[in-house]
Amino acid sequence: MEALIINKTDDTPAIHFDQASGKFELSGKSLPEDVSTFYAPVFSWISEYAKSPNPESVFVFKMVYFNTASSKIILDILLRLEEIHNAGKSISIQWAFDSDDEDMKEAGEEYSEIVELAFKFVEI
Amino acid sequence: MGTQLNSTSEGKSEYMKFVMNFHKMMVEKRLTLVYEGEVTQDITKAFTSMTEKNLDKIEEDGRIKKKVYHVMVECLQNIAKHADDDTDTASDKLSDGLSKSGIFVVGSDDDEYFITSGNSILNENIPALKDLINNVNSLDKDGLKELYKFKMKENAISDKGGAGLGFIDIVRKTGNSLEYYFEPIDAKSSFFILKSRISRKIVEE
Repeated sequence: MEALIINKTDDTPAIHFDQASGKFELSGKSLPEDVSTFYAPVFSWISEYAKSPNPESVFVFKMVYFNTASSKIILDILLRLEEIHNAGKSISIQWAFDSDDEDMKEAGEEYSEIVELAFKFVEI
Repeated sequence: MGTQLNSTSEGKSEYMKFVMNFHKMMVEKRLTLVYEGEVTQDITKAFTSMTEKNLDKIEEDGRIKKKVYHVMVECLQNIAKHADDDTDTASDKLSDGLSKSGIFVVGSDDDEYFITSGNSILNENIPALKDLINNVNSLDKDGLKELYKFKMKENAISDKGGAGLGFIDIVRKTGNSLEYYFEPIDAKSSFFILKSRISRKIVEE
């Protein structure tokens, strides 16, 4: 399937979801005014990916900042990934955060409490 | 001719004096940003990046800088999404880009940063807004965390692009309750002022 590659902007993250290379990464800042429109291609891509996912995939979140509306969207992304995992193809999460960003680490921990996926926390 | 010129420059000097006093007041109150006008996504981006640069210049701690950034984004996006502004220049449609009139002030003293926003609101919407803020203010750290998680799961993204999490997030990030004030404008609406405080001291947990 086609990779989803979106470059970062001042208020939206870089997205690199590529089944062929096995790189699945969301990084940067997310504070778009219209989160639903911005993230619509991400949800379409995940629905496509769910049809024949790799046996194992690691989704990397390297967020520097996200606003509250984006936090809701990130939860929705994780819940969709959880569905793929529950259907039998392993999905795990790598949650990367700045070493002095306690709030970002906590945000990841909270997602890991809600979503039943393995989280690996990586300090950068 | 001479007198005419004189009176013009007199009129100007009164205005100049006002600007001078405004400047003095800003310096005295340590206000680094004062804005009155349309709040849009471009304004949000411009103000946050400007404030980030200012805080870099004074070598503010990265953690505090992030908190200031967080609160600024939530407050500015709150105005753009939730102000009840029915003037001709306002836009309430995401597809056109939101635009609402408001006031936004960033200031500080030795101990704290203050972020204050103001916008008009319909009187009928005040009780719900008060309840929302009072509830958030009444919760402790764990209560706020649980409420955030609960609402993040339950709330859908609104037609304004919000998740209904802004106030909880501000209180969680700052550790300080929200201060608010309503000033009646007319029978229909009031002006809503919201102040958030961010400590400049690092609390090690």
